Amino acid sequence: MPVEVHDDHAGAVQLTIFGSALLAAALLAALYAAGAGVYGGRTGDRRWVESARRAVYAMAALLTSAVVIIEIAFLRDDFGFALVADHSSTTTPTFYKLTAMWSSQEGSLLLWAWVLSLASSGVLFITRNRHREIVPWATAVLAGIGAFFVGLMIFKAQPFGHLDPAPAEGAGLTPLLRNPYMAVHPPMLYSGYVFWSIPFAFCVGALIARRLDASWIRTTRNFALCAWTFLGIGLLLGSRWSYEELGWGGYWGWDPVENAALMPWLVGTAFLHSVMVQEKRGMLKVWNVSLICGTFSLCLLGTFLVRSGVLQSIHAFGASTVGGPLLALIAVVAIGSTVLIVSRLDQLRPERRIESLLSRESIFLVNNLLLVGLAAVIFWGTFFPLISEFFTGEKHSLAAPWFNRYVTPIGVLLVLFTGIGPLLAWGRLSPSAARRLLLGPGLVALATIVVLLAVSDAGHHPWALFVFAFAAFTLAALAGEFWRAAATRRSLTGESAPRALVEAVGRNRRRYGGYIVHAGIALTLIGIAASSSFQTNRDLRLQVGQTATVGDYTIRYDKLTSDPNPERLSFVSHLSVSRDGKSIGTLAPARNYYPSDDPTAGPIGRYFMGESTSEVGLRSRAGGDLWTAFQPDLSVLNPDIKRGNDQLANLPAAAQEFAILALVQHYVQNPPPATFRVIVNPLVGWIWIGALIALAGAVMAGWPALESRQRLEAAYRARLGRELGTATESS
Amino acid sequence: MDPSRKRKIRLVIALSAAVLLAAGLVYTSFSASTEAKEPSQLLQSDPSGTYELTGKVVPGSIQHAGDELNFKVSDRDGTDPIPVSYSGEVPDPFRDGREVIVTGKLQDGTFVGERDSLVTKCPSKFTTTTPGQSS
Amino acid sequence: MEFVLALLVVVLVAWFVTAPLRNREPAQSDDDPAVAELADLEARKAAKYRQIRDAETDRAAGKLTEEDYRRLDHELRAEAIDILKRIDRLQQPRGE
Repeated sequence: MPVEVHDDHAGAVQLTIFGSALLAAALLAALYAAGAGVYGGRTGDRRWVESARRAVYAMAALLTSAVVIIEIAFLRDDFGFALVADHSSTTTPTFYKLTAMWSSQEGSLLLWAWVLSLASSGVLFITRNRHREIVPWATAVLAGIGAFFVGLMIFKAQPFGHLDPAPAEGAGLTPLLRNPYMAVHPPMLYSGYVFWSIPFAFCVGALIARRLDASWIRTTRNFALCAWTFLGIGLLLGSRWSYEELGWGGYWGWDPVENAALMPWLVGTAFLHSVMVQEKRGMLKVWNVSLICGTFSLCLLGTFLVRSGVLQSIHAFGASTVGGPLLALIAVVAIGSTVLIVSRLDQLRPERRIESLLSRESIFLVNNLLLVGLAAVIFWGTFFPLISEFFTGEKHSLAAPWFNRYVTPIGVLLVLFTGIGPLLAWGRLSPSAARRLLLGPGLVALATIVVLLAVSDAGHHPWALFVFAFAAFTLAALAGEFWRAAATRRSLTGESAPRALVEAVGRNRRRYGGYIVHAGIALTLIGIAASSSFQTNRDLRLQVGQTATVGDYTIRYDKLTSDPNPERLSFVSHLSVSRDGKSIGTLAPARNYYPSDDPTAGPIGRYFMGESTSEVGLRSRAGGDLWTAFQPDLSVLNPDIKRGNDQLANLPAAAQEFAILALVQHYVQNPPPATFRVIVNPLVGWIWIGALIALAGAVMAGWPALESRQRLEAAYRARLGRELGTATESS
Repeated sequence: MDPSRKRKIRLVIALSAAVLLAAGLVYTSFSASTEAKEPSQLLQSDPSGTYELTGKVVPGSIQHAGDELNFKVSDRDGTDPIPVSYSGEVPDPFRDGREVIVTGKLQDGTFVGERDSLVTKCPSKFTTTTPGQSS
Repeated sequence: MEFVLALLVVVLVAWFVTAPLRNREPAQSDDDPAVAELADLEARKAAKYRQIRDAETDRAAGKLTEEDYRRLDHELRAEAIDILKRIDRLQQPRGE
C-alpha cells in the first residue's frame, strides 16, 4: 500500500510539473504569436503572419492538453493535484467531477484561456486566406489576451499546484454547486465573454489597418451572434438556477455578478443591431467600433467583478490577487480602443445620413441609445458603492428597488421598439405606409389595455400594463410581418400559404430569425412584468395538519418525512394543494443538510451545522407557478445534539450514525411548526419559454447559408476555367 | 431648414435630454442609497438612520425565537460584535461564520433588520488559497 | 522525465511555428490575394443583391412609396454594378 501511494504521489508531482510546463509553453507561444502578428502586420510579410497563426494553434493544443490532464486528475481522484483536493472528493458524482474544474479561480481562468485559444484558432483558420491587412493585427490582439490569461495563471493562480503529501480525501464540491445548471453556467458565460473577443480583435485590426468598411463585421458576425447566444444562455441558466434552487423564489436580484453578465449582453445586443445599419446604409461606423470595444471591455469587467472583492455581493470574494491585473487589462483595452477610434475618426465618416425618423436606421439609433442607456444605469447602480466612496468617503449601496425604478421605464420603451423596428424599412418609410403598418398592432395594444383593465387589477400596476400593451403590439407586428412575407411570396409564386411562409422565411433566415428573437423577448418581458407586479408572496408558520391560503390556493401541511443518506440529511415536507375546493396535487419542498468538516461542531452536530440547501416545491403551469420552500425549525434538537456530542464522541462512526438516524426519526414524528415561503407567480414560466424561443431564433439567424461556402468554390472554379482557357461546368 | 441644421438641433436636444436624465439619476441615487458599514464603524458613528450592516455571523450566536432570528455580527476579524434582531426570509447559506449583509437601524444597542433584507454570501469560490487549505 | 517530455513539446511547437519562416520565399505566389479578394467581393455582391431584393419586398409589402423605392433601387443597383466591375477587373488579367 505505501508503495502505491508513493507512486501515485510521484506521478502527481510529475504531472503537475509537466502541466506547468505546458502553461509556460502556451505563454511563450502566445507572446510569440502577438509579436509575430505585429511584425507581420507592419511589414506585410505573410510568413510571419502564418507563423503567428501556427503559434495560436499551438497555444490551443497546449491548453487543451493542460485541460485534459486536469480533467483526468479529477476523474482519477488524484489528490496530489491541489485543485482536485480542494474541489472534489471520492464521493462526488462523475459529472460534477468533470465540471468541478471551473468552480475554482485557477480552473475558471484555464477555461477562459482555453476557450479563447480554440475560438481564436477557429477564426484564424477560417480567415487564413482573407483580410490580409486585418488578420495580423487581430491575431496579435487575440494572442495578447491569451497571453494575459495564461500569465495570470502562471503567476497568480496556478492550476497545477501540487500537494505533498497528497491527502486521502478531497474537500468535495459545495452542495449549492452540485446542480446541473450551475455546472454548465460558467462555460456558457465564459464562452459568451470569449466569443466577443473575436469581433473586438478584428475591429482593432480594422482600425489599425484603416480598413473600415464592413468586411470586419461580416467576417465576425457569426462569432458575435454566438457570443450573444452563449451569454444569453448563461444569464438564463443563472436566473433559472436562482429560481429553482435557492430558497428565495426570485430570479434576478441586481447583484453585481448578475449585472456583470447583463451589461455586456445589452451593449452586445446594441452592437448586433447597429452593425446592420453599417452594412446596409454605411452609417453608425463610430457607434459600431465603440460598441464592440465597449462590449468586450464590459466582458473583462464582468470577469473582474466576480473575482475582485471590490463590491459586496451574494458571492463572497476572498482575498484575490487577480483583481489588480484584470483591472489593468481593462484600462489598457478601454483607453487603447478609445485612442485608436479617435485617431481614425476621419475614416469612420458615414457614407449617408439618416434621412428620416421613420426609417429602420433611425429606430436602430434610438435602440442603441436605449440599450446603452440601460447598461449605463446598471453600471452606475452596480458601482455606486465605489463611486460614493470616492466622492464622499462613505460606501453607499443601491438595492433592487432603485434598479427596478430606473430600469423599468427603459425596458418598457425597449419592448415597444422591439415591435416598431421590424415594421419599418431601410430608407424612408412613407407616412401613409407607416400609419397603415402601425395601425393593426396599435389596435391590438389598445384592445389589450381595455381588456386587462376590465378583467384584472392591471390598472394598479401601470408599468406592467404598458409592458403587456407594448408586448401585444410587438407580437401583432411580428405576426403581421410573417403574414406579409407569406402573402407577397404567394402572389409571386402561387404556392400554398404554409409553403410560401416556409420558403419566404428560409430565404431570409437572418431577418426572420431576428423576428423570432424579438418574439421571444416580448414573451420574456410579459413573464417578467406579470411575475413581478402580480405576485402573491407569503411567509407561513404551519403546524403539521394546519392549512393556509395564499392567493387562490389552499395549502395544507400534511406531514414531514426524512430521507437520510451518508451524504446528507434530508427533511421533506408534504403539502397538499387545492384551489376552489378541488385538489390539484401535492408539493414536497425539502431541506438538505450536508455534514460539515468543522471539528468543533462535534460528531453529531456536524451533520446539522454544515451547508444546507433547499429543494423547492414547484408547480409550473402556463398560467403561472406555485413556488414553495420549507425551513424546519431544528433548534429544538440543540439539547439532544449537545448531549450526543458529549456522550457519543468516542463511539465508532456507525454508532454515531445510528444515533443521528434515531434523532431524525424522533423529530419527524413530532416536529415543531415550520416556516414556509409560498409564492404565487403568474406567467413566470414565459420568461424561460420566451428566452428559449429567442435563443432558437438566434441560432436560426446565424445558421450559415450554403452560399458562402459555394462562393469560394465557385471563385476557384472560375479561375481554373480561365487558366485552362475553357469554360467550367458548375458541379 | 437644411438637413445639417436639423441634425445639429436633434443632436443638441438628445444630448441635453441625456444630461438632464443623468443628472436626475445621480441626484436621486444619493438619496435612495443606504450606507454600508461594518460593526466597528457603526459603533463609532451616528447610530440613527438606516444602514447596511456587513460583517460575519459570530459563531454560536444564532438563536431562533419563533418567527424572529437573533444573532451577532462582527467585523471580518471577529471584533466588535453587534446583536441583530431580524425577521423574514433566511437565505440558504446562513450559518455561523458566514458573511452577511442586513439593512436596518440600530435601536437601543440592537440592530433591527428590515424584513427580508438579510443577504448571506455564498461561501467563497474564488480565493487563491495556498494549496491544501480549504476555503 | 517530465522535463524531457516538456522539452520535447517545446521543440515540437517551435518547429511547427517557425516552419513558414524556414520553408518559403518572402514574396509568395500572388494569385492567392486575388482569389481572396474575389471571394470578398462576391460576398459583398451577394449582400447587395439581398438588399435589392429586400427593397423590392418592402415595396411589395407597401412600406416604400414608388418614388422612394425607385430612388433606393437606383442607388443599390449602381453600387452593385460597381462591385461587378471590380470583380471583372480582377478576373480579366488572367485571360491574357
